[in-house]
Parts: sequence; C-alpha cells; structure tokens
Amino acid sequence: MFEKKKMRFIDEFRDAELAKAVIGRIHRRSRRHVRLMEFCGGHTVAIMKHGLRQLLPETVEMLSGPGCPVCVTANQDLDKAIALARHPGVIITTFGDMLKIPGSRSSLQKVRADGADVRVVYSTIDALQIARENPEKAVVFIGIGFEATAPTVAASIINADEEWISNYYVLSMHKLCPPVIEALLSCGEVKLDGLICPGHVSAIIGSRPWEFAATDYGIACVVSGFEPLDILQSVAMLVDQLERGEPRVDIAYRRGVRPEGNLRAQELMNTVFEFSPATWRGIGTVPDSGLILRKEYERFDAELAFDIEPGQTLEHKGCLCGDILRGVKTPVDCKLFGTSCTPEHPVGPCMVSSEGSCASYYHYETA
Amino acid sequence: MCLAIPALVKSLEGDLAEVEIGGIGRKISTVLTPEVKVGDYVLLHTGYAINVIDEEEAEETLKLFAEMALLEDELEWGTP
Repeated sequence: MFEKKKMRFIDEFRDAELAKAVIGRIHRRSRRHVRLMEFCGGHTVAIMKHGLRQLLPETVEMLSGPGCPVCVTANQDLDKAIALARHPGVIITTFGDMLKIPGSRSSLQKVRADGADVRVVYSTIDALQIARENPEKAVVFIGIGFEATAPTVAASIINADEEWISNYYVLSMHKLCPPVIEALLSCGEVKLDGLICPGHVSAIIGSRPWEFAATDYGIACVVSGFEPLDILQSVAMLVDQLERGEPRVDIAYRRGVRPEGNLRAQELMNTVFEFSPATWRGIGTVPDSGLILRKEYERFDAELAFDIEPGQTLEHKGCLCGDILRGVKTPVDCKLFGTSCTPEHPVGPCMVSSEGSCASYYHYETA
Repeated sequence: MCLAIPALVKSLEGDLAEVEIGGIGRKISTVLTPEVKVGDYVLLHTGYAINVIDEEEAEETLKLFAEMALLEDELEWGTP
C-alpha cells in the first residue's frame, strides 16, 4: 500500500471540516451582494478545481482577473519571441506555458517543429547553464511573469554578470500587478467590491502596494494563499470588511507574506530592472506596468542585441480573451469556447495557459 | 506562474540549498532568501526560494480555523 506523503503547509490547508466552518461563516455573515475579483490565474485554477464558487452564497459573486502572465502577453510581444527563435545561432529558453501560445501567425512550438532551438526550462538557473554549455550560441530567456518571477530573472542576470557570461540574454516581458489593477479600477468598466490579492506576488512586494485600492477606490483587499482554506478564509475576510463598510488591506496568507514583502528580492529587481509602459492583452498600454533592463545591464537585453522583426500583429477574430481578462465576460460568453477553441486546438492564450480562465472552465466546469 | 510550493531545506551550500518536496529532493537557489536556515520551509518558485515560511503564523492561522469550526458548531447545535 502506498501512503501519499504528507505535504506540510498544503494538506492542513485542504481540511474539509475546517472548510465547512469557513463556508458556514461566509453564509452567515454575507448580506450584501458583493463582487470579488481573484486577480491571479493560480487562484482561478484553485477556485475552479475545488468547486469553491458553488459553495459560496449567491450574494458573493466571483470574477476572474488578468493575473495570468502568459494570457496578458500581447501578440506583438509573443511575435518577438517567435521571430527571435528563427534567428540562426539562437537558443530560446522558456517556461513551458509559453510553448503553445498562439501569436499572430505561429507559436514557439511550431517554429521548434520547423527546426528552431526552443527549450523548455523550469528555471533561469537552467537557462544560464545552457548558456555556459553552449558558448558559441546566444541563449535568450523569455522573461514572462509578474513580481514573483521577475526577481529570479534579475538574479540570473546578476549571476551572468558576475560570471562574465556573455551569451545570455533576456527578452523582458515582465509585468507588474498593482498598476494594472489601478488601470482597471480607474477605467470603471468592471464594478468591483473586493480583491483577492495574489499571494506570491505579494510575498515579494508586500501588502502595502495594494493600499491604494482601499484608500482611493474603497475596494476591500485580502492577500491570499492558494489552498482551498486560504481562499475561503480570504473570501470570509473580504465579506467581513464589506459588511462593516471598512475596506482595507489584510493579509490572510500570513505564513507567506509580510507587509513589507521580501526586501532582498525587491532590491535585486530594482538593481536590474526599471519601469516601462507595457501592453496588456485586452487592456492596452498601462504606464509603469512593465519591466525593462536598466542601462547598466543592457548587454543582456535581447531587444537591443538582436534585430527582431516580428511582422505585422494580427489578432484572433472572435477571441474574447481580452474581455475575459478584464473581468467583463466569462469564458462561456465566448462563441469559440468549447467549439473552435479547446485545449487541443486553442485560439487564444486563455485556453492554453495552465492558469488561463478558459482552460480552467473547460477542465473543471464542463462535463 | 503564481505557483510556489513549500519545500523543506535539508542543507545549504553557498547560494544553493538542497530541499525536499513531498519526499523528492532538488537543488534550488537561496539568493532571494539569504537568511534561510537548515530546517526552514521556503516557498519555492521556478527554482528559487522566494520567501521563508513563517511556521508560527501557519499555526496561528490553523488555530483560527479551528476556533471558527468550534464557533460554527455551537451556532449550529447550540452551546451544550
């Protein structure tokens, strides 16, 4: 008999009895109709996988947000990565999620099938190792991810700098979360009462960057972990704040997040990167929401080192990813969902990414 | 992309740590958590520890849930 090894800090936060208690509390306390957005794709997946929406009272409405870094990467940026892959002498290293994402005309997977050297890596540590082992090639890491990932990429650049590795480059498409939330709130298109803040992004940036949402927009904010109990606790805390009419920023994920965040990680990020405008799929260009390499590290910048010709940007007709990412539509509102757009033949990134709303809906909410 | 999993630090060497996740070992970077000690649990994201898990806070949170469970029981069944 194989006994499944207990995963500490995971299993305890999946306890069904405790979950029942939190759900009971939410049902008891919730009176007003409230709209809560889970920003993070990881939260969307957990909510879908554990059927949490169905356990909540009708007064609590859940919306998914744009917190899937792969989903919010615009076609014009995907096309850059794909174009770079076609350069001779270039090895593309990328997180696995990027492989099948359709750009305007192609994908990294397709160009790989055509002979491009595209390698999936788990970490920038692996990408750097590939650079060391292939000194005659240029190794480009596709920098996707929010503030949880950006410090790891910054660390790899500092490492490459210290080791005099001259064939390692980063194509930075990193994006920042608080600015896009501000953009969504200020545009007012989606009506929100509360925000489930991304737990691991906040492990890096802390809880303070979310305070603007409470003070300027009256949004209740709770920084949440990713286990079912964590998410339920966060919903309970949001409902409490909203019932009292006292929006503020609370940390539910106290074992993983400090109010000041991880200062060392922030330092590394600030050393290597600076803010830039970034284009978010479905949202447009948001000021100071992206990261580019600072001048001191420009020799690692793939944008500067290579002549990248991505070609004309085309958008997928009928794809509602943009609206879904803004929280104004759900996957089932899309005519392509489940018909011409499925995980096997996806049209847009929300169906491909492991954290995409459409993929989550498809896997967990359809028969 | 948001995902980070708890990993137990078994040994340290320079900027690297040998960690264990569900019985499986792997080497990861500790450059983002220089304060980490053997025996700590860290949040592991793409090969890097991004934070040291605060075990006291974890216990506090679980205690909170247990109290909530007692309260819900009392409300459902009435105080004995």
